[in-house]
Amino acid sequence: MAFTVEIPTALRRFTDGAHSIECASASLPELLTELAARYPAIGKHLRDDAGQVRRFVNIYVNEEDIRFLGGNDYRFREGDRVMVVPSIAGGSASLQADLRPARRAGDK
Amino acid sequence: MAERFELKCRECGKLWGNEPRSFCDECLSPLEVVYDYEAARNLFTRERIAAGPRNLWRYSALLPLEENFSSALDVGFTPLVEARRLAGRLSAGPLYVKNDAVCFPTLSFKDRVVAIALAAARRFGFQIVSCSSTGNLANAVAAQAARSGFDAWIFIPADLEAAKIVNTQVYGARLVRIAGNYDQVNRLCSQIAENHRWGFVNVNLRPYYAEGSKTVGYEIAEQLGWRLPDNIVVPMAGGSLITKIRKAFRELVELGLVEAKTVKFFGAQATGCSPISLAVKNGQEQIDPQKPATIARSLAIGNPADGYYAIRSIRESGGWAEDVSDAEIVAGIQTLAETEGIFAETAGGVTTSVAQKLIAQGRIARDETTVLCITGNGLKTVEALNGAYPLDAAIEPRLSVFEEYLNGRVAAATGD
Repeated sequence: MAFTVEIPTALRRFTDGAHSIECASASLPELLTELAARYPAIGKHLRDDAGQVRRFVNIYVNEEDIRFLGGNDYRFREGDRVMVVPSIAGGSASLQADLRPARRAGDK
Repeated sequence: MAERFELKCRECGKLWGNEPRSFCDECLSPLEVVYDYEAARNLFTRERIAAGPRNLWRYSALLPLEENFSSALDVGFTPLVEARRLAGRLSAGPLYVKNDAVCFPTLSFKDRVVAIALAAARRFGFQIVSCSSTGNLANAVAAQAARSGFDAWIFIPADLEAAKIVNTQVYGARLVRIAGNYDQVNRLCSQIAENHRWGFVNVNLRPYYAEGSKTVGYEIAEQLGWRLPDNIVVPMAGGSLITKIRKAFRELVELGLVEAKTVKFFGAQATGCSPISLAVKNGQEQIDPQKPATIARSLAIGNPADGYYAIRSIRESGGWAEDVSDAEIVAGIQTLAETEGIFAETAGGVTTSVAQKLIAQGRIARDETTVLCITGNGLKTVEALNGAYPLDAAIEPRLSVFEEYLNGRVAAATGD
């Protein structure tokens, strides 16, 4: 069983420039482990400290968000097309954290 | 920082300078514009703002604009309406409506974010500007691109309201209808942005674009006489607006323009697309994405990019989130129109009905000042009222016929 994982531009520097990678894992957790084994640098970019997909990374299978397909329980199928798409948020929750470095810069 | 603002990763803190980019290459987290607030301290004062133009450019000192930037776009500074009749209807304390249903030039708050995004597009040398949109953003990009001399490519879900489609095409924009929902359109645009050198206002220009939403918050504070309200009710789609109004209030406190105050932030969604309000109500930190099914198409984002930050903003402020059914949305539109003469789009019906719910729940106290954010105009979503107002047969233009008609109406009204 094999399927394709498409790599976004931002991560291709960790995949020797490859745009897509053939993978054979059964599930998302296994896929993250497989990718980390083959391209060690990509692991910390896709997984958080708990080993889950990072909060701002979305995984799609054949155009569908994997969370609608069962998330970690989804079993990949032959010919699946998996996409890794960084979320494009731009929000602000805690301004104080932002104010401090800017003020330090101003104090110099 | 070399300039008075730059991009910074929200999570790992890496500084990126200024470039068309929305996420951090190191940790794939979103970027945020940060400012040199010490430098802004002398520029962003009540006096200087009062001396500025009566539009959003009066707040330029805390917007990501180059030195000597000027714009011919007359955007923002919409009315803050004291809503006494609405307050009476809802048995509420002092209510104000921030009326971006009359924001220029395209009658929604999206004119604000697009004004800032196009300044960034100019700076970075884009000739083509683009967006994924549920409608209001499409209108704003198309109109402002026309006036500013950009070519515009607009991507929308195929099932948008007719008015929002015509209001995009009339400005000469290229409209691409996608057979899918907004989240699918949005994902496609993030891929297109990788392949084409286009300025996507809500993708690669997003950190700049989002700063435009702060002007809603600045205006509310200034129009209240440089004070903050107790509560604010904000409609949520991607979740950005609520976080940016909060940022604006905090900046005003930090720079001494208003007294420090805890403002409770209340998020409003349609029940048919309520990933953020559900997470707040369930005490979750994470968003569970949804497939939207609501007449509030401008809020129909099932995988909200800023959902995580919206949840945090609401929770940290001591606020709450609620959602309302399609029937309640229509009732909310009618309530606001009947009491204050403001015809809001479906998102405004969401905000009004959610406010009503929160007041009834006691989460918004009856002795507190509350601002409702109305973000778009009802003329763009008239379909929501289909069937609500059946027309009588036309009558002959004769007084006797009218008197007869009037008697019939009076009889019908009194049940005789």
